[in-house]
Amino acid sequence: MTPTVLRPLAFGLASSLLMLAQAAAGADGEAIIQKGGANPAAMPCMSCHGADGKGMAAGGFPRLAGLPEAYLAKQLADFRAGRRESPLMQPIAQALTEAETAAVAGSYAALPKVNVKASALERPREGTGAWLALRGAWDRNIPECTLCHGPSGVGVGDAFPPLAGQSAEYIEAQLRAWRGTPAQPGNRKTKPVAAVPPTRRNDPNGLMQHIAADLTEAEIKAVAAYFAGMGETTESFDASQHRLR
Amino acid sequence: MMMITPRWLGAALLPLLAAQALAAEPARNPRLDDQTQLPKAPTRALGQTYFQPPAEADMPSNAYGDLVRRGQDLFMNTKALAPEYVGNEMNCVNCHIDRGRKANSAPLWAAYTMYPAYRKKNNKVNTFVERMQGCFQFSMNGKAPAPDSEVLTALTAYAYWMSSGVPIAKAMPGRGFDEPPLPRGGYDIARGRVVYDKQCAICHGADGEGRKVGATSVFPPLWGKDSYNWGAGMHRINTAAGFIQHNMPLGRGKTLSDQEAWDVAAYINSHERPQDPRLVNGDIDETRKRYHAEDGVNLYGVVVDGRKLGQGVR
Repeated sequence: MTPTVLRPLAFGLASSLLMLAQAAAGADGEAIIQKGGANPAAMPCMSCHGADGKGMAAGGFPRLAGLPEAYLAKQLADFRAGRRESPLMQPIAQALTEAETAAVAGSYAALPKVNVKASALERPREGTGAWLALRGAWDRNIPECTLCHGPSGVGVGDAFPPLAGQSAEYIEAQLRAWRGTPAQPGNRKTKPVAAVPPTRRNDPNGLMQHIAADLTEAEIKAVAAYFAGMGETTESFDASQHRLR
Repeated sequence: MMMITPRWLGAALLPLLAAQALAAEPARNPRLDDQTQLPKAPTRALGQTYFQPPAEADMPSNAYGDLVRRGQDLFMNTKALAPEYVGNEMNCVNCHIDRGRKANSAPLWAAYTMYPAYRKKNNKVNTFVERMQGCFQFSMNGKAPAPDSEVLTALTAYAYWMSSGVPIAKAMPGRGFDEPPLPRGGYDIARGRVVYDKQCAICHGADGEGRKVGATSVFPPLWGKDSYNWGAGMHRINTAAGFIQHNMPLGRGKTLSDQEAWDVAAYINSHERPQDPRLVNGDIDETRKRYHAEDGVNLYGVVVDGRKLGQGVR
C-alpha cells in the first residue's frame, strides 16, 4: 500500500475514534454551539457568541473562538457556582451537564486563536489606553496589561485570556464587574446609594479585582478601546518570532 | 578552663584558612576583603516619597534621547534585541519592574549614582558598566557585552537619564529590594512550596519553568536552565525575599508576610539552576567557600533533601 492509500484510511480511523470519544462523553460541542444542550434552557451558544464564535460587540457578548479550553471550562463552572454573575449566562451554565460543558469548551478552544500582526515597538503617550496596556500605572500598583496577557494582549496560558479580539463593550463590562461600585453617601437632596459589590469574583489570586478597582472610568474606556482596536490578522501565529514590548 | 567559642575557634583557624586561600590563588589581594560594599540604602522616612524619575515624554528629541530610548528598548526586550549576550529567558525588566523605575525593585535611579563602588562579588571596585556586565553574566546567564559596546552604552544612557536630579553618591531610599529581616524561626522550604503553589505557579508554572508567547518570555523561569544562574544576586534567599515581598504577585506587592517571602524565596532558590560561572577548580565546595559562604543567605553547596545544590543545569 502506498501512503496515499493509507491517508484516507488513517483519517477515517481518526474520525471514528473521535466520534467514539464524543459518544463516550455523551456530548458533541459543535452541536451544542449550534443547537443548544439537551436541556432547552441551555440555548445555542452561537445565537449570542456568533456563528464564527467571535462574539457580538453590540451586546457585549465575548469572543470564545480560540480561547483556552481550561479557561472556558472554568468560566462555565464559575457561572454555575455564582463566582461570576450574569443573569443570562448563569442559567445556561446551570443547564449544561458537566459533559456538555467540557465538550463546548473543547470545541471553542479548537477554533482559530486570535492573532494580531506583530508590530514594531510602540511608544505610547501617557494618559492613553495604549499607555495603560504597555506601561501600566505603577504608582497605583497597576501592571501593564500586556505583562500578564502577553504581547499585543494575545493571551498567556490557561489563566490569562486574550484581550485582543474582544470588543470594548465586553472588556469594559468585565472591568466594571470586577470593580463593582462604591457606596454614595446621601445628602439633603439625594438618597444614599448602596455599594454594588463586584459581580465577578473568579480572578485567580484576586489579580484583576484590585486593578479594576483602581482604574478610573475614563481609563477603563480607554484601555478597552485600545484592545478592541487591535484588529485581527488572518496570518498564522509565528511562534519562532519575538514579540517586542 | 578556657571556653572554646565558635568565634575563638574561628580566630585560631583563620591564619590557617587564609594561608590555604593564598596558596590556592596567589593573585588575590586579601586587603580588599576588609572593604565594605555599598552601604544599605536608608529606609524611607515617614511621609517621605520615593524619588520620581523623569517622565518618558521628557526624553529629548535628539541623538541623546534616541540613545536613551534604545536603552529602554533593550531593557525591556533584552533577549529579543541582544540575544548574543543573553543565555537564558530573562530580561532586565523582569527584576527591575516598571522599566527600572519602581522603588524597591532595584531602580536604576538609585543605582546609577552609587558607582564606582567596591563589590565583594568580584573583589574589586566596579564601575556602573561593570555592574551591568555582572547582570548579563549572572542574572541573564550570558556573556558580558564589551564596556564600549552599543548595548552597554545605550543602557548606561538610559540609567543616566533616569537618574536626572539624583545627587551623586547619595544613598537613596528604595534602592535594591529593601529586604525583610530573617524571621526569628528562620525559613522553611516546605512551607515555601505551599506559598509557591498557591500564589506563584499560575504565572511561573508548577515547575518554575515560566511561560512564553512565541519566542518571547512573558513570565520568567525561576529555576532550571533558562533562569538566573547560581552567581546571580537573586540566588540569595534574602535578596529574593525582598524582591518578592515588594513586587510579587505582580501588582499585589506587600501582601506576603516576611515569613512567607522568606519561605517562598527559599523554595525557589532550593532548585537547580545554571552553574556559577566563577566555579573554582570545578569544585562546588571551593566555590562556596570563596563566593557563597559570606554572600547573604543562600543554598549553593548546601545539602538539601540529601542532594548537594550547586551542580548546575544546562
